[in-house]
Amino acid sequence: MAKMHIALRVNNRQVETLAEPRMLLIHLLREELGITGPHIGCDTSHCGACTVDMNGKSVKSCTVFAAQAHGAEIITIEGLAGADGSLHPLQEAFREHHGLQCGFCTPGMITRAYRLLQENPNPSEAEIRHGIAGNLCRCTGYQTIVRAIRAAAERLTSAKEAAE
Amino acid sequence: MSAEIESAQARTQKLEGLGTRRKRVEDVRFTQGKGNYIDDLKLPGMLFGDFVRSPYGHARVKSINKDAALELPGVKAVLTADDLKPLKLHWMPTLAGDVQAVLADEKVLFQGQEVAFVVAADRYIAADAVDLVEVEYEELPALVDPTKSMAADAPVLRDDLKDKTSGAHGPRKHHNHVFTWEVGDAEGTARALRDAAVVAKERIVYQRVHPCPLETCGCVASMDKVNGHLTMWGTFQAPHAVRTVASLISGIPEHKIRIISPDIGGGFGNKVGVYPGYICSIVASIVLGVPVKWVEDRMENLQATAFARDYHMTGEIAATRDGRVTGLRCHVLADHGAFDACADPTKYPAGFFSICTGSYDIPVAYVTVDGVYTNKAPGGVAYRCSFRVTEASYFIERMIDVLARKLDIDPAEIRRRNLIRKDQFPYQSALGWEYDSGDYQTALDKALNTVGYAALRDEQRRDRDAFRRGETRKLMGIGVSFFTEIVGAGPIKNCDILGLGMFDSCEIRVHPTGSAIARLGTISQGQGHATTFAQILASEVGIPAANITVEEGDTDTAPYGLGTYGSRSTPVAGAATAMAGRKIRAKAQMIAAYLLEVHDDDLEWDVDRFRVKGAPERSKTMTELAFAAYNNVPPGMEPGLEAVSYYDPPNMTYPFGAYVCVVDIDVDTGVTEIRRFYALDDCGTRINPMIIEGQVHGGLTEALAIAMGQEMEYDEYGNLKNASLLDFFLPTAVETPNWETDYTTTPSPHHPIGAKGVGESPNVGGVSAISNAVNDAFAHLGLTHTQMPHDHWRVWKTAQRLGLTAA
Amino acid sequence: MIPAPFEYHRPRSLDEAIGLLAQHGEDARVVAGGHSLIPMMKLRLAKPEHLVDLQDLDELRGIRSEPDAVIIGALATQHELIGSELLAAKYPIIRETALQIADPQVRYCGTLGGNVANGDPGNDMPAVMVALGATYRVKGRGGERDIAARDFYEGAYSTALREGDILVAVRIPMPADGHGSAYEKQKRKVGDYATAAAAVVLTMSGGACTSAAIALTNVADTPLFAKEAGEAVVGTAVDEAAISEAARRAQRIASPSADGRGPADFRTHVAGIMVRRALARAKERAG
Repeated sequence: MAKMHIALRVNNRQVETLAEPRMLLIHLLREELGITGPHIGCDTSHCGACTVDMNGKSVKSCTVFAAQAHGAEIITIEGLAGADGSLHPLQEAFREHHGLQCGFCTPGMITRAYRLLQENPNPSEAEIRHGIAGNLCRCTGYQTIVRAIRAAAERLTSAKEAAE
Repeated sequence: MSAEIESAQARTQKLEGLGTRRKRVEDVRFTQGKGNYIDDLKLPGMLFGDFVRSPYGHARVKSINKDAALELPGVKAVLTADDLKPLKLHWMPTLAGDVQAVLADEKVLFQGQEVAFVVAADRYIAADAVDLVEVEYEELPALVDPTKSMAADAPVLRDDLKDKTSGAHGPRKHHNHVFTWEVGDAEGTARALRDAAVVAKERIVYQRVHPCPLETCGCVASMDKVNGHLTMWGTFQAPHAVRTVASLISGIPEHKIRIISPDIGGGFGNKVGVYPGYICSIVASIVLGVPVKWVEDRMENLQATAFARDYHMTGEIAATRDGRVTGLRCHVLADHGAFDACADPTKYPAGFFSICTGSYDIPVAYVTVDGVYTNKAPGGVAYRCSFRVTEASYFIERMIDVLARKLDIDPAEIRRRNLIRKDQFPYQSALGWEYDSGDYQTALDKALNTVGYAALRDEQRRDRDAFRRGETRKLMGIGVSFFTEIVGAGPIKNCDILGLGMFDSCEIRVHPTGSAIARLGTISQGQGHATTFAQILASEVGIPAANITVEEGDTDTAPYGLGTYGSRSTPVAGAATAMAGRKIRAKAQMIAAYLLEVHDDDLEWDVDRFRVKGAPERSKTMTELAFAAYNNVPPGMEPGLEAVSYYDPPNMTYPFGAYVCVVDIDVDTGVTEIRRFYALDDCGTRINPMIIEGQVHGGLTEALAIAMGQEMEYDEYGNLKNASLLDFFLPTAVETPNWETDYTTTPSPHHPIGAKGVGESPNVGGVSAISNAVNDAFAHLGLTHTQMPHDHWRVWKTAQRLGLTAA
Repeated sequence: MIPAPFEYHRPRSLDEAIGLLAQHGEDARVVAGGHSLIPMMKLRLAKPEHLVDLQDLDELRGIRSEPDAVIIGALATQHELIGSELLAAKYPIIRETALQIADPQVRYCGTLGGNVANGDPGNDMPAVMVALGATYRVKGRGGERDIAARDFYEGAYSTALREGDILVAVRIPMPADGHGSAYEKQKRKVGDYATAAAAVVLTMSGGACTSAAIALTNVADTPLFAKEAGEAVVGTAVDEAAISEAARRAQRIASPSADGRGPADFRTHVAGIMVRRALARAKERAG
């Protein structure tokens, strides 16, 4: 099958490549662009380990064709730190609160939490749990993840207030 | 002097040693997406392998046509059993003394079994090629009910074993029989049952489940034909064992094989064994001369890799009228699937199931286990537990509750009457184990007081009255579980895997400027060894944990070990780490004595330095001693500061816990909510409380999954009904409650730092507590036992059977 | 995990999309949110040779009100439905239902059109549209037509759509005064399809029910319009007796398959419970 020209922005960089239309976005990111943060954990779009932020939405990149992502703006875990290398409050909070163990769900989980906090800067525990219901974790039991997201929400809110 | 004490405290804090909530070093890379998992690995020229798999549970393979697949551009090879025969690799030994087909040899025995291995330029071409391989099957009747495996007219599954009347574990009494294992006192137990005032009998099934780590299994095999050297990266929980096995079956000498376990995205026992994918990748790499990667997808992982449990247990428990247990008998029918690929120590085909007398002082017991073959995936493994310990613990915790029902004694009270007493430790169990230490009464009291057990029972009584009056359609259940685990395999004299003794190891090298590197024979899959083993060392040798690098998983550099599963890392490798640390400190002490011009005995250890007794201002820090080791050691002593310990544990360790679970069941929908879950764990010395809590949360969540919905069910044709995450239950953050954790500390007397291991305790205790709670909700209406999983429809059926559901 | 090869098209206009479907006939499928179709393609259960991506068709987006209806574009995502103040005010059942579909990521992509048009008996919106008396605007080579949701579903994955048709919008008539609604869904976990679910839309006046529509999800090959169950509560105070009768009538038309969610008798039982609870809540909301 003939390859298509795909151009998109990933983590603030313009990238172009050739790919078959059927190539899944997760494979484009991991195999073509060397962005191996998002992971593959299932084949039926359940686990969320592949979650990226696409055009301002949390999206499971295993359920999108690279062709559909032509012209899109994508952020992965690798794009969350600041340009000066400073970690995003979510990245720091996950470490602070032991929100990960094997680390496999973590890129997708943090990327989803990033968008969740944009949707709702002050989520309750129940809102956080529903907010990450598309991301499975086998190691933590979610409790420390919820704590980490709550802590990051507070830090982001007070940073915003300090700036204003 | 107070200045000295403060200073010692401050110095201890800086070490971040034992007992500290040290933040994890692994998190730095994981939170930035910079982990190194097997599918992240890319090598020049690397090809991709993928399997053609059987759609049938039982069939003859009549023919395999590779032509169309080979014609697809980008396809480099298609391997079948015929291609592996000349290398004698079409079958491989399992860890349980059986053999397993690498590629189907004339017959397929379970749905998803590997039939052919396609190797192509990328995974897309490989997937297309898999579809193009034409396999002709002749379907055979499938055997999926283990209770029928040994029927006279049961189909023959294992043609390769048809005439073999004995196997690795003794005589075989039927063509589908694997082994019979027995332990205990048959006569004495029969007498106890005969003479007992009360006997309760129950059939308890622990359903087939699957460890399902979020990352599936995979490897990259790379044969360097010029140097005759094989390197293989992969999801291996036991890299050294894989190296030895790979050498034995491939003929490549062990010094020319390097196995590397990179970051692993969860193991839970699924990644202990050797899978056909690993063998096929090695062969393909040898044949094609380039690296070959194989990474399975989720459905393949569920269909074909090692399952867990599938124990059908019949128990009889004898007791006095006031609930003192006088005997216990258990028969187990163990469904091993098509090949016995159980990962147990060699002498224990049923693992440590004989821990099934649990936390109770039971004078006599007898267990028999019959292993059988069926047309299901091979296994089973210890899914977040020590070998068969979840099954054993579930068995006894249910039987104790069944007995409590029969005698109308409260479940917590009957446990109190039977718990092994503190003064009985070390305790010789009726089935041959020596439990190292425990203070069960204190733990039980603490648990019951913290949750307000008596008040909960009062509330339950009021709720049941309200239900009778029609004021509510919810039933409250309270489940208690008091488990004792047996982990830390284990002493070489009784624990080996394929002849490799189950010791473990630690090698430490201290650098001149006072930092260090330690390598272990274990391999973390999320347990945080790089963080916690540095803490053990920090406390032993007085170097801050932040200055100690911990490495695992590369067989070229790590000392030989048996890997990480069955909660063995802390008990065995943790002990080796402490012992190696003590050797370092002993040498440092001699150097210090030399430098301070005193005798060794005139020195005392003070957090991070040696000081002269009575003259504390004269001291040498570990940093100073490290440098001295490289230029100023006593005459006759070798320079350098390095030590290795291979630790053969004198015994297993026995962590224990008291869990209480409160549920509310909606009888009209079968929906069960966990209102509260309290977990008290005693894992001996606590190395990093933050990590322990995380392990408990995670283990309880896996227990929730198992108790409330996970199962691997096959239909009569051998089709697996739960082959994807649509139907294989993994709870999300919404189904998972908050877990309350607590602890007591009863150190292990035989472990250098008194630690017992904790990673799997919550999965052991959690399943029993939750299942006991569901059973308890209906107990007042006459229910003795209902099988797991306690999903909506089963709970509703129980309510229906008890006459609780109206229209 | 890897789909079969296909040719990809991204039309700029609805006419262009219709033209592509006409050109490639049964070898073509449209993709909107993709979260029903793409998983099937990854399992190679669906192998369209031509994929027509509708994402650039802005004319299929948006939620707007007309004097006597609300029009929702087929490409409106579940996320947009949830966030729509207009829908929250007029049809709270839509937000309530959308929040029970799949998970946050899927809701960002999944569209109303996809959920109602592909004929998957497990989808939740069809029963809601049936209960609301919605109509679907469909465009194809032969022009434009409206199909009532209650006439749309023929079997599993089989609807009144003809080859080459695209669903472009959903039209929901304005609710009467005193209307209350509810969607009650039992599932094994977040993200699962319904063990059984019930949509109820009713109106109350002076303590009596003046109209009621009940529809069921995932207990047959199609969503079920439980007409007689609805009739059982009209003219009543929606009391226990009326609710019981409605539940019984709904159960009589349910024929769920046995699957991991449970045996058929259990799922039928749950359908009855869902009807009961949805009726009680709808009545409460009707004020």
